[in-house]
Amino acid sequence: MTTLLNRKKRRIDDLAESAGTSLAADALKRMSRSPVAIIGGIIVSLFVLLAIVAPFITPKDPYKRYPELLEHSTAEFVPGPMPGFILGSDEMGRDFFSRLLVGAQQSLIVGVGATLIGLVLGMIIGGAAGAFGGWVDSWLMRFTDIMLSIPSLLLAISIAALASRGSQTTVIIAVAVTTVPIFARLLRGAMLAQRHSDHVLAATALGVKRRTIVFRHMLPNSLGPVIVQSTLTLATSIIEAASLSFLGLGDPNPDRAEWGLMLGIAQSRIDIKPELAFYPAIAIIIVALGFTLLGESLREALDPKNRR
Amino acid sequence: MTAAVEPAAADAPVGGSLVSVQDLKVHFPIKRGLIVDRTVGHVFAVDGVDMEIRRGETYGLVGESGCGKSTLGRGMLRLVEPTGGKVVFDGTDLVELKGESLRRMRRRIQMVFQDPMSSLDPRQSVESILVEGLRAHGLDKGREATGKRLRELLSAVGLPSTSLRKYPHEFSGGQRQRIGIARALAVEPDLIIADEPVSALDVSVQAQVVNLLEELQEQFGLTYLVIAHDLAVVRHISDRVGVMYLGGIVEEASSDDLYAEPLHPYTKALLSAIPVPDPEVEDRRERILLTGDLPSPANPPNGCRFHTRCPWKQETKCATDRPALREVRPGHKVACHWAEDIQAGRIRPHEVETVLVEEGGISPDVPLIGPSSVTEVLNP
Amino acid sequence: MALLEVRDLRVVFQRRGTEPFSAVDGVSFDVNPGQTVGLVGESGCGKSVTSLAIMGLLPARGNKVTGSVKFEGTDLLTLSNREMRDRRGRDLGMVFQDPLSSLNPVIPIGLQVTEVLERHRDMPRKKAMVEAAELLDKVGIPDPTRRLSEYPHQLSGGMRQRALIAIALACRPRLLIADEPTTALDVTIQAQILALLKELVQDTGTALIMITHDLGVVAGLCDEVNVLYGGRVVERAERHQLFAEPRHPYTHGLLASIPRLDAARGEKLVPIKGSVADNIPWDSACAFAPRCPNALDVCRQVTPALEDEDRRSLRCHNPVLPGTPAAQEVPA
Repeated sequence: MTTLLNRKKRRIDDLAESAGTSLAADALKRMSRSPVAIIGGIIVSLFVLLAIVAPFITPKDPYKRYPELLEHSTAEFVPGPMPGFILGSDEMGRDFFSRLLVGAQQSLIVGVGATLIGLVLGMIIGGAAGAFGGWVDSWLMRFTDIMLSIPSLLLAISIAALASRGSQTTVIIAVAVTTVPIFARLLRGAMLAQRHSDHVLAATALGVKRRTIVFRHMLPNSLGPVIVQSTLTLATSIIEAASLSFLGLGDPNPDRAEWGLMLGIAQSRIDIKPELAFYPAIAIIIVALGFTLLGESLREALDPKNRR
Repeated sequence: MTAAVEPAAADAPVGGSLVSVQDLKVHFPIKRGLIVDRTVGHVFAVDGVDMEIRRGETYGLVGESGCGKSTLGRGMLRLVEPTGGKVVFDGTDLVELKGESLRRMRRRIQMVFQDPMSSLDPRQSVESILVEGLRAHGLDKGREATGKRLRELLSAVGLPSTSLRKYPHEFSGGQRQRIGIARALAVEPDLIIADEPVSALDVSVQAQVVNLLEELQEQFGLTYLVIAHDLAVVRHISDRVGVMYLGGIVEEASSDDLYAEPLHPYTKALLSAIPVPDPEVEDRRERILLTGDLPSPANPPNGCRFHTRCPWKQETKCATDRPALREVRPGHKVACHWAEDIQAGRIRPHEVETVLVEEGGISPDVPLIGPSSVTEVLNP
Repeated sequence: MALLEVRDLRVVFQRRGTEPFSAVDGVSFDVNPGQTVGLVGESGCGKSVTSLAIMGLLPARGNKVTGSVKFEGTDLLTLSNREMRDRRGRDLGMVFQDPLSSLNPVIPIGLQVTEVLERHRDMPRKKAMVEAAELLDKVGIPDPTRRLSEYPHQLSGGMRQRALIAIALACRPRLLIADEPTTALDVTIQAQILALLKELVQDTGTALIMITHDLGVVAGLCDEVNVLYGGRVVERAERHQLFAEPRHPYTHGLLASIPRLDAARGEKLVPIKGSVADNIPWDSACAFAPRCPNALDVCRQVTPALEDEDRRSLRCHNPVLPGTPAAQEVPA
């Protein structure tokens, strides 16, 4: 009997929905029901929020070297938590906690910056290859194949090394370049599949202009995997930027608070105060996890096979 | 239905030629190679087809998978590029058309696809699906006129006008096919090529769509080319039927003649293979069971394409000369050297030794596509 | 005693976050040795789920199977996975719709046949190879010895289906379930496969459950036909009886809606209105009522029971009278 009632209720729900749900609306609705998406969403929004408000909520100046911390610091000791300094000092007598908070902003800039650049470049290359096909496609794909065949970290290191002076921009560009072939291949593959899909054929048969077909049919229907990939890339590029900073290829300015950089500097003091490495590492992992969860659930929600 | 939906062809005399396909060929290159693609052979999907469709009639094209019937339909529309031949539509050779003139011509020939889900863009509402064609051909004349036109189209295909704001996934298979038909109708075409219009639908729904196609033809004076593998469906809606085998038409006749007196051995076998939902008939029927499989269209047999499976194959001609499609009775064409002798019973069927068919060729109906998933991209 | 007795079989799918859905809703039927029983219906009628439930092939999670499936007196539903694995292949064989995805693409055909022989009949590899060649020959695959070493993609669709039938027959099962075995094939190949199945049933006395949506296939092959709708049997009869005098409006409607090759041209088809999406739950009505031309008020209020009459079972409040021509319907 309950099943009957439930079914009736579902029918009513269906009727209520019948005004028309687009694919995007439907995906959003299903995401709002998925615990994975909710957890990912919460982590990511907290991270973004933190990145925005961090400079205003830090209890101490993250760039200032505090005498009360410095006086306790020795070659064998870095002060732990003490009144006013929740996590104590970093290796240079600055407030570790404040620096962690501000680090969120820098990491977000690196992650979003690298992903956006990679996304735009990748989409231009992949979109052109997918839209034109033929020799344009062949040449562009050979080019991306070459890029793919170089280990991404190596590529990033060489780019960072090419720019004579390390800076944050170099790191962002270096990380971005490594993501280009992934986006390009992904979009190109999806678009080529669309090219031969029945609804694109139908639009062609209808006499719709080629440009309209590319931008209204092929591209929007190919974006799903790219959107998903970009959330995953956001996570990995934060880590990759961190490793570049860790290797000393980023901005050499010791004042800059960025999780990867903090992690890198902490290695010299890891035997004295392991928290210095531990907290930035945890922060990176949590954020990466958040984006990954969001990306996975987005992939699931956008998959047309999961629609009712 | 109002007069607003009235194709230009309605005034033209019924029975004159609307499309004439002359020696049409569509060959797909088979490419291999790592860095530079080399053409190692061809799939002879459509290999010399002559066909004429008259105004206002329904021409049915039947054949089994891989015979090239879908490619023929797509080649006529230039959705795949013909390798040779002509498609003369109302006096214009479509194969010669380029760019804008081809695009404009497309308004007059529309297509209905097999899979109503995949042929509709999942991101478009019904309204935007229907408006797209109007817009592409400048038929979108103001909000009010277009709105009226859309409602007319929906009512013509039997959908409620509330459908406009819905998306394809909210409809059942049969309803989706109606949307596909409405999209084709929107631009007032003369000819509709329907490629397996009902085979993806449930049996109980197929008849709805078949009837709808028939009603629309009456209402708007449409000409149809119906492509299907189901001879029972094709026979039901077509005036004339062409039977295709391995890239060529082997027999063409009026629906009734083809059923009453099939002349080509392949048609005979095909007709006898189709199950009839009647045990009395099934128990009495004699089947001509063909041995073996369809040869690969990448490597079609010499001579008559059917000789490798033909129970009536003769020592001479069959394996060496490709028979031309010739008119043996008024309106009844067949491509068989021995059609008259077989019909008169002078040649008896015999056992056929099964020939192995190597699956190496590429099905002409499956286009080659690039990677379509993340895993495929990252693990080439 | 029947070879297979299916009683009140129910399969309820329950996925997290969705309503439970009864794919099979109390299906009962018998299969006798040497008999061919058809399960006919459209997509979503539960015919394939029924066969998977009998074979114990439904995924372990997300569904509940109740009722009983007695094979020679043993309830298959109570067997452990291990016991069921032994039964499959030995007592029960199955042929699926898509022969390519049912064969392992990276293992030669021969090995896929001998695997079954080695496992269930304890045959040594060499002997199994000889037997495998014989099997392939029996199902009409030319040059069987050579084919043994070939891979599934090297065979054509029809040959693959033959290979699959050979595998299903390898242990001489007493029951063969064929789930839409010819749907993916061309008609001329379908005719070959159907002829093969018919011959096998006649020669070996294997019972066959034929699952299909094609009434034409049923007409020529099945002794008894079960018509399924919405997870329940709505009509069951001997095939001549069923086709000569369909009594359920659904069966009647299906027969009126398919074009017949041998019918006079120009006759309009009479479609069944609506689609499966219009079904109402069986709980307190007839699921087919919204699409039924014969529907009465009672059809929307009382669940019809499957009643036996004159060697026929029928689930309908207002059956079609014998000799009624296809009802004229206004298209939906």
